[in-house]
Order: sequence, then C-alpha cells, then structure tokens
Amino acid sequence: MTENTIDRPSAARRTVCAALVSLPAVSLAQLRVEITGVGSQQFPIAIAPFVRDSQLPVEIESVVRADLARSGLFRIVEAGGAPIPLNATPAFADWKARGADALAIGSVTRLADGRFDIRYELYDTVQQARLDGASVVSPAGNLRLPAHQIADRIYEKLTGERGVFATRIAYVVQTSRTAWELHIADADGANPQAALRSREPIISPAWSPDGSRLAYVSFETGKPVVYVHTVATGARKAVANFRGSNSAPAWSPDGKTLAVTLTREGNSQVFLMNADGGNARRLTTSNGIDTEPSFSPDGQSIYFTSDRGGGPQVYRMPANGGAAQRVTFNGDYNISPRLSPDGKLLAYVGRRGGQFKVHVLDLASGQETPVTDTVRDESPSFAPNGRMLLYATEVNGRGILASASIDGRVRTRLSGPSGDIREPTWGPFIK
Amino acid sequence: MSIQRFARAAMAGTVFAFVLAGCSSVDLDEQKPAPVVDAASSSPSTGAAPDSRAVAPVDAQSARSVEPFNDPASPLYKKSVYFDFDSFVVKSEFQPVIEAHGKYLASTKNRRVVIEGNTDERGGREYNLALGQKRAEAVKQRLMLLGATDSQIETVSLGKEKPRAMGSTEEAWAQNRRADIVYK
Repeated sequence: MTENTIDRPSAARRTVCAALVSLPAVSLAQLRVEITGVGSQQFPIAIAPFVRDSQLPVEIESVVRADLARSGLFRIVEAGGAPIPLNATPAFADWKARGADALAIGSVTRLADGRFDIRYELYDTVQQARLDGASVVSPAGNLRLPAHQIADRIYEKLTGERGVFATRIAYVVQTSRTAWELHIADADGANPQAALRSREPIISPAWSPDGSRLAYVSFETGKPVVYVHTVATGARKAVANFRGSNSAPAWSPDGKTLAVTLTREGNSQVFLMNADGGNARRLTTSNGIDTEPSFSPDGQSIYFTSDRGGGPQVYRMPANGGAAQRVTFNGDYNISPRLSPDGKLLAYVGRRGGQFKVHVLDLASGQETPVTDTVRDESPSFAPNGRMLLYATEVNGRGILASASIDGRVRTRLSGPSGDIREPTWGPFIK
Repeated sequence: MSIQRFARAAMAGTVFAFVLAGCSSVDLDEQKPAPVVDAASSSPSTGAAPDSRAVAPVDAQSARSVEPFNDPASPLYKKSVYFDFDSFVVKSEFQPVIEAHGKYLASTKNRRVVIEGNTDERGGREYNLALGQKRAEAVKQRLMLLGATDSQIETVSLGKEKPRAMGSTEEAWAQNRRADIVYK
C-alpha cells in the first residue's frame, strides 16, 4: 500500500491504491487512483489509526484518508502508529504542533454475530472542541461503506458540503474486440461488480434518480436498443426498441420519464417516453441530428446536442416542447451536455484545435473554462454534490476514467490493469 | 446432449430423427438441458421403413452463397459505401454499388436489408452514433430513388463502436467511415 505517500505534499504525483484489500470473492480488477492535481487550499487533518481488537478485512482509516486526499481539499497529516482510545482526550497541542487542524479517531469492534461496531470522533485541534461523532454497526464484508460514510461526515463538517464518497459510479469496460461489461463500483473505483456482460457494445449508462436502476444502450441484438436494468435484481427490459437506432437515455428528475434519441422517423431526434416503456412522443423537429438529451435538475428544460446550425452545439428547450435556444458559442464542436445539480453550470465536451476537452460553462456569466489536462475527453458527469466531474479519456492509447474539480484544479485518474474503460456516470446520493 | 445419453437413447430404440431434433434445441451453455429422451414414452416407430431414416444434408452457408449478393462475380457483392470525414455525401465512385442494390431491391420486393452506418473514432459516442445514422439514411435515400421501398430498408447505426480497422491512422479512419448494406 502507498498510504504513507499521501502526506508528502512535495510529491508532484501521489498514488493511492484504491484496492486497499483484495476480497477473494471479487475477481474483477480494481481500479487504480492517481491524484494529478490538488486544490489551492488544503485543510490539514490527521486520521489516527483506529483502535481494533482483531485483524480486519479493511483498514477503515486508510479508506478515510484516501477518500479525503482524493477530494484534493485535504492534506493528510502523518498520524503515527498508535491508536487513540475514544474515551481519552486527545493531546490537542501535540496534534496542532504536527500541523493538523483537525483530528479523527475511531474504533472497530467485532461483535459476537460477526458484524462490526464502528465508532468515530472528529476534533478541532485549534478550538480543542469535539466536532462530530458517530457509531454504526456494519455487516462483515462491507467495511468500505462505513469508512466512506465516515469520510462523508468529515468532509461535510469541515467543508459545509455533502460528501460523495459513499456514492457509486457506473462505467463500461471493453476487455477484447468482442467483450463488453457494464460495471458498478464505489466512487473510489473499489468493489467493481459487473451488472451486464455482452459480446456487443454497451454505451450511455444513466442512473435513475433513486440509484436503483440504470438505463443504457446495448447492441446485443445487432443494433442500438435502450434498456432499463434494475441493479439489485438484474431484471431488465428493452424500453426503446423501435425501427432504426435507439439511444442516449436520460432520466427526468422524478424518474418517471426517459428522454431518448430515436431514428424511427428518419434522422436522430429526441423523444420522451415512459420510463417503463411506451408512450413515445417526439420532442424535437429538425432536419438534422438532435441527440444527447439531458434534463435540468428542476425538470423544466432539456439540454441536447444538435447540428441544426452546421456543427454540433448545445441547445436548450422546454421539457414539454417548444423553441430551442443555442447555449454554446465557442468553437465548432460542443457535445454531451450535463447540468450541475444546482442547475448553474453546464459541462460538455468541446473540440478546440483538435483537442476534445471537458469544459464548464457558467450559465449566468457565460464564462467557459476547460477543466482537464487530457485531450480525448468524453462523457462528463457531475458528482451529486456538484464539486467534481467524472469523465472518460484516453491516455497512451487506453481508455481510462478521470475526474476534475469544477474549477479544474483537482484532478485524479482511475485506470484498470487492462481493458478500455469508458462511459462513466456518477450515481446519485443514496438516502 | 451427452454422448452417453445419446447412446442410451439410441440403444433403447428411440427414433433417430427425434434424437436429432433434441440435439438442435440444446442450449450452447447447457443452462437449459434438452429433455431427457425417455425410451418408454417415445412413439413406437422401431418398425419404420428404411427410407424414413434418410437424411438430405443442407449446408446453410453454401445455400446462402448462391444468393447474388454473396456471389463475388455479381455487382451486388460490394456492399460498402465509404465517406469523407464529417460527410454524408454518397460519392460518385459508389454509384455502381448504389445502382446495383437499388435496382435489385426494386425488382425483388420480398428482400429486406439493414443499412449499418459507421464512423471513425474521433468525437463522442452518441454524436457518432447519430452521424452513422445519417450515413445509413443517405444510402437509403439513394436506394429509394432507384425504386427500393421504405419497408425494405431499416437504417441503424453502430457509430464508432464496431470499427472494421483498428488504430488511429488516416487509413483506419477511412475504412471505418462507412455504411454497409446487410441482407436479411
């Protein structure tokens, strides 16, 4: 493990292995996380080793440290090897002297039934005050989830914003010329599980707003068809399988409606339909391409890609139909629009000088910012707290996932040991 | 269908044709094994005449090869139309391909084709899917000018998902900017 490299701020590139433990039951390759940029201001925090009474399958504090470091907003201060008991008052002055403005301590106890009792406390070493504390009982075999939940609590206490470490992502891996898999993993890339395997392409996965279902495009019948797939059960249904091509599913915020691209009346046009299939009605009417619909968070507007003006640009129209307005004006190629959760930012892929980069547009000011250090970007997707963008790109000829903060300062890369990874989509907060 | 089961069933006097029928329904991954042939309940046909056991072999692939679109000597053998970068214009050099298939479809109304549009790897997956669709549509419109009908032609796109040529070279990209006419 490379945990001890996290608190070296001088390291230009710091690598955190997402696979802190290899579960024997999981045969899928773990993604590797590489941090390539950090925030301008980082909060120094120490996460002491948790008190434990036996060997654990997952080292909780390592997961918490990796989560906070990956956000780019925290600097992990070396905490030494000695656990701090929860009932003792930490030596605040010592921790302050080490440079930690906050300190998290905790314990893990194996219960008689095999579950784990996990407790944690967060202190402000400057004010010498307790900021937070929590206790959770977790089933054996999933200790990463409580670790992510503790990281979320720390993130929220210290930044004022909700953390996304306990959320999940979905993405597609192509492992050979004839093998595709739709994976679901923790937000840090750990615990990847295949929801679907196919000998034909899979593209455009999209989480339902409640995180229980994925809509996606599968070519398993020889052409693009839109499916809705219940993740927990594997039950799936072809919801858009019309003559021609069916693609680009997007959920309405209430989860009842899908916007899809159909070609049953000629070129690609945006339609609305019930999320369980049926009642398809055409929304756009252009002579060219209208595709990649994306609802605004309030459900009132749909952003989409259209070549009605020549090259592809992003347009916006009322979700119940009506005139479309052009939204992007820089460059001659802007595609794959996604709205931030607060509806204020638009992310998309813009081609500038032959390079494809994720851009963020402030809709109020019109300010456009490229936010990545890569040049073959695709499929941006906002984290549910709106702070980060997950996207696909290519480095050294291989598809990888990458993330960037909305200001472009914090960047990470997630890559697997083999296979092309693409089409990421960040899942919602789970209530 | 295991060899042992086959042997057991055959020895028990099961009708040969029935066993063959059972074989054809065996799922490749054996998730749904074919029903075990029960000699006792099979129809009493052990006394059937020898001609009823005759088998006339048919090779599906060679049968299909007699179709004109599978005959290398036929103008229908060429089924791909290639496009310039970011273009949907069917170039004049592909007019012979268009004419051959357009006239054939016009004169053979029971034939159905799927036109699959493809793109090179540059750009987004969904937008490329739409570009490939535009190429397939362009070929369809040209075929219909020659008398093929809408109901004979389904246009679909594979976008950049199924490249014929691998690699990021101009040559590979040119191979992949393509619409294929696929007979059903």
